[in-house]
Amino acid sequence: MGFLDKEFTDGNIVIAKAEDLLNWARLSSLWQVSFGLACCAIEMMATSASHYDFDRFGVIPRPSPRQADIIIISGTVTLKMATRIKRLYEQMPDPKYIISMGSCSNCGGPYWEHGYHVLKGVDRVIPVDVYVPGCPPRPEALLEGLLKLQEKIRNESMIKKSA
Amino acid sequence: MKNPEEILQILKENFPDFNLELKTDQPTEALVIASALEIDKLSLFLRDTSDLLFDSLMNLSGVDEPKNSLLSVYYHLESTTLKHKITIKVSTDRNKPEIPTVSEVWKAADWHEREAYDLFGIIFLNHPDLRRILMPYDWDAGYPLRKDYENPEFYQGMKVPY
Repeated sequence: MGFLDKEFTDGNIVIAKAEDLLNWARLSSLWQVSFGLACCAIEMMATSASHYDFDRFGVIPRPSPRQADIIIISGTVTLKMATRIKRLYEQMPDPKYIISMGSCSNCGGPYWEHGYHVLKGVDRVIPVDVYVPGCPPRPEALLEGLLKLQEKIRNESMIKKSA
Repeated sequence: MKNPEEILQILKENFPDFNLELKTDQPTEALVIASALEIDKLSLFLRDTSDLLFDSLMNLSGVDEPKNSLLSVYYHLESTTLKHKITIKVSTDRNKPEIPTVSEVWKAADWHEREAYDLFGIIFLNHPDLRRILMPYDWDAGYPLRKDYENPEFYQGMKVPY
């Protein structure tokens, strides 16, 4: 018989690992930097709007990188913009996550061959957690991307070092 | 409203020394071909003459013609009062591409000429602010819309080719 037995007889108490609890809290309130680049940004806005309702996953747009957990790179990353994206990313506090949305930011999209001005994948300047394919991806695809990211956060460990 | 032949006739009467030529076998509008260093005088005339009144420069674009070793600029003009249109084409040497600016005549030309400078390397003489407009300011790999352009390997540490 442990000394805690009597403490839990009143109900309203859940026992969980601190890590699970913290991860659950983190994945349930991902604040997203308001940031969009091109056509994908329109789909991202649609995802935030009432029909698809990003808010129900706890995703709240945040106009400052300094209070944001996640940035969705939605659209064509030009070389000129890439330097700005990198700065924006560096301004975000850790832990921070990146969803690369759409073909352009994944790999240069239709500009992969002749687009002298386009960075062929945003992962050349910042590390990406989830790639959402499509051109542009439908809101459902972005939601799926978010769920994948939440899954990743759920399985993270703050004690064990990740590979 | 005047048709291209009439417009050319007016121009020829007023500029007998200029080497003007009309091309009508185009899939698009008729084309007046002029030489590069005359375009500033020509454009002022096109805008202010009461029979022509080309008050709108709809578009200005550069074209690279490596076969003839030329860089060309097309001026698409419209008169919003007289409702007629004309396209002027001027060409310049690819190795020393210099064309007088028309940004004093049509304000729209300011940014259009900067774009043609940025992407083709055409120097617009007397332009008030000839800087790159689309490419990064420190882009030193040349002019991307020239046919012989090749992408640099890196820009600010970022790998450029796929």
